[in-house]
Amino acid sequence: MRLLRLFPDDTKIPFMKWRKWSFLISGIASVVCFVVLYTHGMNTGIDFQGGTLMEIQTKSGPADLEAIRNQLNGLGLGEVQVQSFGAEDDVLIRIARQEGGDEAQTAVVGKVQAALGDKVDYRRTEMVGPRVSGELAQNGILGIISALGLIMVYVWFRFEWQYSLGAVIATLHDVVLTIGFFAITQVEFNLSSIAAILTIVGYSLNDTVVVYDRIREMRRKYKRLNLVVLLDLAINQTLTRTTNTALTTLIALSALVIFGGEVIRSFTASMLFGVLIGTYSSIFIAAPILIFLDPQLAGDKSAKKVEDDGDEAAEPA
Amino acid sequence: MLYFSRWKVTTILLTIFVALVVLIPNYLTSDQIKTYWPSWLPGRQVVLGLDLQGGVYLLYQVDVNDYKQKRLKALEGDIRQAMRDEPRIGYTGLGIQGDVVQLKIRDADKVEEAAKRLGNLLNPLSTGALGGAAVTEFQFDQGSDGLMRLGFSEAGLDKRLGTVVQQSIEVIRRRVDQMGAVEPSIQRQGSDRILVEAPGEKDPARLKNIIGRTAQMTFHLVDLNVSADEAAKGNLPPGEMLLKQKEAGGMPMVVDETPLMTGEDLTDAQTSFQSQTNEPVVSFRLSTSGARKFAQVTSDNVGRLFAIVLDDEIISAPRINEPITQGSGQISGNFSVETANDLAVLLRAGALPAKLSVAEERTVGPGLGADSIAAGERAALIGTVAVVIFMLAAYGLFGVFANIALVVNLILIMAIITILQATLTLPGIAGIVLTMGMAVDSNVLIYERIREEQRLGRSPVSAIDAGFRRAFGTILDANITTLIAAIVLFQMGSGPVKGFAVTHVIGIVTTMFTAITFTRLVVATWVRYRRPSVVPL
Repeated sequence: MRLLRLFPDDTKIPFMKWRKWSFLISGIASVVCFVVLYTHGMNTGIDFQGGTLMEIQTKSGPADLEAIRNQLNGLGLGEVQVQSFGAEDDVLIRIARQEGGDEAQTAVVGKVQAALGDKVDYRRTEMVGPRVSGELAQNGILGIISALGLIMVYVWFRFEWQYSLGAVIATLHDVVLTIGFFAITQVEFNLSSIAAILTIVGYSLNDTVVVYDRIREMRRKYKRLNLVVLLDLAINQTLTRTTNTALTTLIALSALVIFGGEVIRSFTASMLFGVLIGTYSSIFIAAPILIFLDPQLAGDKSAKKVEDDGDEAAEPA
Repeated sequence: MLYFSRWKVTTILLTIFVALVVLIPNYLTSDQIKTYWPSWLPGRQVVLGLDLQGGVYLLYQVDVNDYKQKRLKALEGDIRQAMRDEPRIGYTGLGIQGDVVQLKIRDADKVEEAAKRLGNLLNPLSTGALGGAAVTEFQFDQGSDGLMRLGFSEAGLDKRLGTVVQQSIEVIRRRVDQMGAVEPSIQRQGSDRILVEAPGEKDPARLKNIIGRTAQMTFHLVDLNVSADEAAKGNLPPGEMLLKQKEAGGMPMVVDETPLMTGEDLTDAQTSFQSQTNEPVVSFRLSTSGARKFAQVTSDNVGRLFAIVLDDEIISAPRINEPITQGSGQISGNFSVETANDLAVLLRAGALPAKLSVAEERTVGPGLGADSIAAGERAALIGTVAVVIFMLAAYGLFGVFANIALVVNLILIMAIITILQATLTLPGIAGIVLTMGMAVDSNVLIYERIREEQRLGRSPVSAIDAGFRRAFGTILDANITTLIAAIVLFQMGSGPVKGFAVTHVIGIVTTMFTAITFTRLVVATWVRYRRPSVVPL
């Protein structure tokens, strides 16, 4: 049986030659993300804003969104969003945070249920008070920062600081673009989005570390090789692995996006996007940035260690 | 790298066998487990999260301000009492100002005596005998010209809040136990919050109604000499207050501020039916001292109305037709059987020491839960099959090895979730599917390495050996970075997000295990029996 190979062996794709373009594109993309984030903001869900979310399902036939909207607007609950959710008998209702403290907030669900009555099935209700929502947002940001910090320390410990910085820059790039994805698509940004970002951080670093690992190995082997040539070589050698792993992960994620249900779609869709970006950034950001961070990776301890690290380096290439 | 000692092989195979045994109860009903499954084997089943089986997640917050106001009001009363003791001490301007009670002593030479009396009201909470500093609930400072201010001490308030949360949890537990429907978990969260999780609860509104009610029951005499309208205009006699009625269109009534009795005087409450109208009522029984008090009050006030008040709302206001001396009575208030039952539960379980408000609430109906399980299972199945097909196409025989490892990985993940009784949520299922996608990464790394080594001219055994050895470091580094992100997620997450972090973390660990041990064992066995001249990669 002939095996499926996406790339021939011994590809010599000059990735480093494109680094100006990739930096430019990523730079522009990041700026666009910031601009959109600033102008449009994110569609933050009730997790971070406080408020009420209800998913209902009509018991007979498709839902009349307009009627539901009118009915709920009559309750005087402030901003009410009514939208279709996946199926046509499924409706998502979002009600903004109430003035008047926890009690007014708690009363919302009861009021909506009284208004819509028994004609619908209440599939899900979520209510987040103002104090909790502030804490959730704070914890989320703290989580992403501490994850990045810890990983930076680990990579620094295992490699050199240039790699560590490069990995974090590449990962930050992924985080910024993913946040941009939320801002541009206006997909709801909630607690699970933070989870998605942290997963993307993990995946992207995983990918970057594999490439860096090969770069480090090559540097030990070919101490005098030009860094640009060496980086290209390392990326080409790991190319099949990078794409195959990205593919299996994307396959699994696609199954989740398509079949995993509406409830976690924003979670799975953003991860799908993030894995694509993470794969791109390992090759086009994380590797070439080493050229800028330090042209010769001065003080590369692993390079000096060659003499006593016989097994890894002494074997014939 | 291709040699395995016998005990290592045994350990690997035994691990997988144990995992399989652990999984079996998940396919049995709980009755079958009881009847057929040997009791010495683990009989646990996967715990499904609220989003999968339906249920309620309620985070309550103790209303600190309400509690403080209540305590300050009580303190104000105590101060008034203390100053009234003989010899009386004259004062002006007694009242609550923000977080303190203040008053001004009229006579300069009585300030010292007043300070002494106030000192007795500070309410010591711990003596400090065991080395720690003594903690009192209140502290007071003395201004110039006889001004006294009593407020909370920080340590005292913390301590009181701790007790309040603890008592609230006990009350909630009593209430929920008496409802008898569900088995919720009730936990303290942080300093002033209580988390109630009730998986499988079908009537979240009722649960919320039962838990969240303060259920402070008091009896007050009604003052019919002052009309409600007049009182609303501000002509409320001192020591009286205006309360709304639950029935009668919410018409307010004027009642005495000091209750005749409180819910603490009750020893029992049950639902019963009034003999004439057959209407559901709650009958209560009083403690001995409560009965004595009630007998006294009712014989002194025959002909007057007394209001039965629950959480500042008058449930009913019956007339005292004759002295009630047998120490029991009935509360009627247009109840249905269920509301009467609920009130009886609340009265039996006692009042919450402070008001609770809902800070976060998440409810999932059973319908959505079932749909989510179906969606999760379908996504998991399709995702796994697609990955399996891809691996077969890309790596042939070695793809088969990778796929066997994938199945083993899945078995291990589910077994660990079952053993640890970690909660499986929909994002958790997503975590497993994602792991399926990422797990083959280790195999991909190893196989690509073997290919490279072979193309560099190594013999199959040598190439495989080098492939595993060199990929090992990469696998370790790559997985540990992913693991760090996943653990951070686990630390900060709650509910469904935590569910994702759990399966993700477990998945990463099992992936490393299967890649380093199981896949290697399979490949080594294949090499030993086939003695290949070329590695088919």
